[in-house]
Amino acid sequence: MRRRKLRMLALLLLAALLLSGCHGAREQTAFALPETFDDGEQIELVFWAKNDTNKAQTEIYQKAIRDFEALYPNVHVSIRLYTDYGKIYNDVITNIATDTTPNICITYPDHIATYLSGENTVLPLEDLSKDPRFGMGGSELRFDGPRLDEVVPQFLNECRLGGALYALPYMRSTEACYVNKTFVEKLGYELPEVLTWDFVWEVSEAAMKKDASGNFALNGQKVMIPFIDKSTDNMMIQMLKQKNAGYSTDTGDILIFNDTTKDILRTLSVHAATGAFSTFKISSYPANFLNAGQCIFAIDSTAGATWMGCDAPLLDISADQIVRFETAVLPVPQADPEHPSMISQGPSVCVFQKENPQEVLAAWLFAQYLLTNEVQVAYAETEGYVPVTRKAQESGEYQDYLARRGEDNREHYAVKIDASRLLMENTEYTFVTPVFNGSTSLRDAAGQMIENVVKSTRRKEKVDDAYLEKLFADVRALYRLDQTGGRPAGVSGADLGPLPTTAVLLLSGIGAAWVLMGLALLIERWKKKKR
Amino acid sequence: MKKVLALLLAVVMIFALAACGQSAAPAPTPAATEAPSEEPAAEAPAEEAPAEEAEPAEAPEVEVMSYADYVAADLDTEVTVETYVQDKQGWWNDQATFYTQNEDGAFFLYNMPCSQEEYDALVPGTKIRVTGYKSEWSGEVEIIDISSFEVIEGDTFVAGPVTLDSIYGTDQLADFMNQRFSLSDVTIVAKTDESTGEELAFFYDWDNSGAEKQDADLYFDGSVNGETFTFVVEYYLRGEDSDVYQTVKNLKVGDVIDLEGFLYWYNGPQPHITAVTVK
Repeated sequence: MRRRKLRMLALLLLAALLLSGCHGAREQTAFALPETFDDGEQIELVFWAKNDTNKAQTEIYQKAIRDFEALYPNVHVSIRLYTDYGKIYNDVITNIATDTTPNICITYPDHIATYLSGENTVLPLEDLSKDPRFGMGGSELRFDGPRLDEVVPQFLNECRLGGALYALPYMRSTEACYVNKTFVEKLGYELPEVLTWDFVWEVSEAAMKKDASGNFALNGQKVMIPFIDKSTDNMMIQMLKQKNAGYSTDTGDILIFNDTTKDILRTLSVHAATGAFSTFKISSYPANFLNAGQCIFAIDSTAGATWMGCDAPLLDISADQIVRFETAVLPVPQADPEHPSMISQGPSVCVFQKENPQEVLAAWLFAQYLLTNEVQVAYAETEGYVPVTRKAQESGEYQDYLARRGEDNREHYAVKIDASRLLMENTEYTFVTPVFNGSTSLRDAAGQMIENVVKSTRRKEKVDDAYLEKLFADVRALYRLDQTGGRPAGVSGADLGPLPTTAVLLLSGIGAAWVLMGLALLIERWKKKKR
Repeated sequence: MKKVLALLLAVVMIFALAACGQSAAPAPTPAATEAPSEEPAAEAPAEEAPAEEAEPAEAPEVEVMSYADYVAADLDTEVTVETYVQDKQGWWNDQATFYTQNEDGAFFLYNMPCSQEEYDALVPGTKIRVTGYKSEWSGEVEIIDISSFEVIEGDTFVAGPVTLDSIYGTDQLADFMNQRFSLSDVTIVAKTDESTGEELAFFYDWDNSGAEKQDADLYFDGSVNGETFTFVVEYYLRGEDSDVYQTVKNLKVGDVIDLEGFLYWYNGPQPHITAVTVK
C-alpha cells in the first residue's frame, strides 16, 4: 500500500513543520577548524541517508563508507537508511532539541532552512569549502575530491540559504514528460522537440474519443487518462514560473494566491472534467498507466526513469498488462518553448555542528567524499540522476556510460540515460524556488490546490471564482501561510515592510508627548529665568 | 499655561492609546475551511430557534445505500453506507484506515477522520454509518474524503472469511474486493533479489530487495491455481510482534501455507494478510 505510507509521511511532515516552531532550539558553539586531523582519536560518525527503491544505492553508500574508512582508519561511519526524505526531516527536527542530530545527512535545502532555526546547528560551508588544506580539493585530503569550482554552479547555488552555503549538492534530477510517441503519431500529430501546454491539451482531448462499444478508440481499452502528473506541487510551481507569475519572494512573502494561479486551476478543471487529466494522488502512478497503454503524457522525475516505458527494468504491473510503444523523454510542457523553464531537484548533503571539532572535521571530509567521481558516477547510474560535479560528468567512465545508451534494458536502459541527458542539456534552464522557514508548506499548498480542483471537478462541483476564493482561503489556513515569511533562512534583520498604521499612530503619539513635555520644561525654565 | 499643556498631553496620550486599541477591533471573519468535522454530522447542534418554539431538532434524512447500490454508484459520487468494522490500521493525526464489511460486501474506508478515543472504540463488529466519496486508486475501490461517521449502537457483525480457493485469479475475484477471505494450499514462490541474485521467500518493503528494514511491510509471492500472486503483511495492520509477521519472516521457498486476510487491490489482487499457517 505504497500510497498509504506516502500520504502518512506527508502528514507527518506537515505536523513536523507545525511543531518545529515549538522546539527549543539547542545552541552549539561555532566550529573552529583544527590545525590538523588527529589520526589517534577514534571518531564515530552517524550518516542518515535515503535509498530510493533501489538496493544498488544502498550498496554504493556502504562501499563509500568502506573506502572512506580505509583512508581514515580512526573514523567509523554508521549509516541509517530511510525510505523517505520526510522521515529524515522529521527525525532531524526531533533530534535538534536533544542535540542528537546525525553528523551528516542527505536532505533538501527546504529542510535545512528549518534546521537553521537552531543557532549553529548546521555547519556553514562557505569558508570551509575554500580552506586550502581541508576545503574542497584541499592539500590535506586523502582522496581526489572536486574543487568548489568543479561543482555545477546552478546546483551549488541551490545550497545557499540567505547567501551562505549550508550544504553540498549530492545528486540532481528534474522532471521529464515521458511520452507514448506511438500514440501521439497514431492520433495524427508529430511530436515537437519541446512540448507546449497547448499541444499536450490538444492531443489529450483528441485521445478521449470512444468507439461504439464504449472503449477508447486509441487503445481499445476501458481506461485512458492521456495526461497524468506525479507531482502537482512541481506542476503548479513550474507553470507559474513559465508564466512569470508570483509564487513567493526570496524573503518568504507568499505570492501564490494570484490571478494566474486561478487561470491555471480553471484550465486544469476543464481537462479534469473530460477525464483528459489526472494526478498521482487521485489515480495512481503515471508509469503504471503509461506502460499499460492508458496514458500518453506521464510527468515524473528523471530519477524515476527506470519505471518508465514498456521495457523498463522496474515494473509495477503484470507483464500481460504491458503494451508495446516507443517512449520519448522530453522536458515538461512549456508556456514559451523559446524560453524553457524546469525545476531542479534532488538531494543535498549537510553537516551538523558538534562539540568535538575533530568529529566535525571528519564529517566534513566524509561529505566531500560523497562528491568524488567514484560515488557520483556510481550513484547517478542507478537512476536518471546526474552527477553534481563537472569533474564526474566529464569523466571517461560517465561518458562511456552515456555512450552505451540502449545496449541493454538494465544498466544502460535508453529511457534512463535519455532522462539524465535531458537535465545535463537543460541545466541552464533549471530553477529552484526560494528557501525559507515555511517554504515546504507553500510547496505542499501549491500541489493541494490542483488536487482539490481536480477532485471537485470530478465530483461535478462548480469551479468558479467563488470556489477559487474559498480554496485560496482554505489552503492558506490549512498550511498556515499567513504565519510564514518575512525572513529568509539564515538571515536576520530582513526588511519587514512598512509599519502598520496603528503602530505609526502610537509611535507618533508617544513622540508628540515627549516633545510637549520638553516644551513645557523649556517654558518653565524660561519663566524662572525671566523672574 | 500648565493646564493647557497638561490638557494637550492628555489628549495626545488618549490619541495614542486609541491607536493601540484599534488592533482589538474585530477582524474580518475568515472563510470556513474544508477540513472535515471530527464529530459525526448527525451530532452537530441544530440551528438555534426562539426558546418558545424550540422543538427536538430532526437529523436530516440520510439515504443509506445497499451494497448493490454502492457497487452501481459512479466513482466520485457521495455515498452513505452502513457497515461493520472488521479491522483497522494506522491511526495518526486524527485519521485512520478501516476494513469494514456488512453481510453483502466490503467497504474500505481510507483515512477516515477520527480521534484516538473514537479509533480505540471502533473495535471489530462495531456498526457505523459512513458518508464519503466512492473512489478508485490503482484498481482499489474505496471510500475517501469521509465527511461523517456515526456509531450505531446495538447490532454487531464480524464476518467470517470467505473461501476463495476456486476463484482466485479469475475475473470473479473482484466481486469480493476488500472482504475478509481465506486461501488454502498456497505454495511460496521465490522472489529474486535483483542486486544479489539471491532467491528469497519474502522482501522487506517494495524495493525488490531482501535487505532487512525496520517498520517494513513484508511482500511474498504464492502460487494459487497455477498462477503467482503477491501478498502483503502490512506493518501498520500487523506489526513486527504479531504472529503473522514472524511467521512470514520464517517462510521458506516451497512452503505450503493457508492464509487469511483482506482482499485489497493494487493493480490486481494484493491482499493484506492477517494470518498464515504453515502446513
